[in-house]
Amino acid sequence: MKNPTTVERKSERELVVTRVFDGPARVVFEAWTKPELLMRWWAPKSIGASLVSCEVDARSGGTYRFVFAHGDSKMEFFGKYLEVTPCSRLVWTNDEAGDAGSVTTVTFEEKDGKTLLVMRELYPSKEALDAAGMGAAEGMRETFTQLDELLVALRDS
Amino acid sequence: MDATLRRIDRVRHATPSVQSQRGLREFASDRPELARPPKARYILNHMVQYSGARLDASFAALSDPTRRGVLEQLGRSDASITDLAAKFHMTLTGMKKHVGVLEHAGLVTTEKVGRVRTCRLGPRRLEHEAAWLERYRRLWAARFDALDEVIEEMKNKEKA
Repeated sequence: MKNPTTVERKSERELVVTRVFDGPARVVFEAWTKPELLMRWWAPKSIGASLVSCEVDARSGGTYRFVFAHGDSKMEFFGKYLEVTPCSRLVWTNDEAGDAGSVTTVTFEEKDGKTLLVMRELYPSKEALDAAGMGAAEGMRETFTQLDELLVALRDS
Repeated sequence: MDATLRRIDRVRHATPSVQSQRGLREFASDRPELARPPKARYILNHMVQYSGARLDASFAALSDPTRRGVLEQLGRSDASITDLAAKFHMTLTGMKKHVGVLEHAGLVTTEKVGRVRTCRLGPRRLEHEAAWLERYRRLWAARFDALDEVIEEMKNKEKA
């Protein structure tokens, strides 16, 4: 049985993801900061994209760059580590979205050989978070587009 | 690091899975914020509440360009029926009918204060957010399940 992953929209600008891992914080932290280890879990098969390269300099002020392939298209994610405290805390920026980019804070808290991981994603505004995910307005537009297509198909059939 | 994965994930529609809060309980004793009822259950309940009749009502409601316009308008800000009638060059009675159809489908809620009936986007708006959060959660759950294996292997290596 896998440990559960929970997500909560903590405020208009913040998402919080929580998960417990069956290992000490030292080990979990290492898996988040060594590129050869990150490569093995950041893009599991079920997400439909593969990680083709992963450059990580996990030091305060260091940078990272992930390159994903999805079909024929490639996507880059990059940013800067604002804080790296071994075994306990990571803070990085997500710069590919420009001004709308979020700041991610991950904390590792060990208890009885297990680690509680809390990841916070703080966006500069509610609009930025809505745009990054699928805001209500955008969802509505998608629904309308799909319905329009469906209605055309029904009419023509 | 994962905005695009979220975008990719948006295209993929899997069925939600029920998650227990077992693992968090051990930490909940000294972290009261973790002991709250799980949001995931709330999200799931919302998703299950879709019924065929409800979808038919939504479909009928959305098949009209004026009603779609009203929803887009309410997506920007709440409005009174009078405002909406003026904006769409309609009689008050005509707009009341459209709003009634949207309300029946759960897409709009209305509230009468004094002589003004204010319209805003209804509970379906929440379902959009709930569905997106659930997909986001599933992305991270998939990553973390893969991370479990990496951690297990690292632990075994340390022991050896």
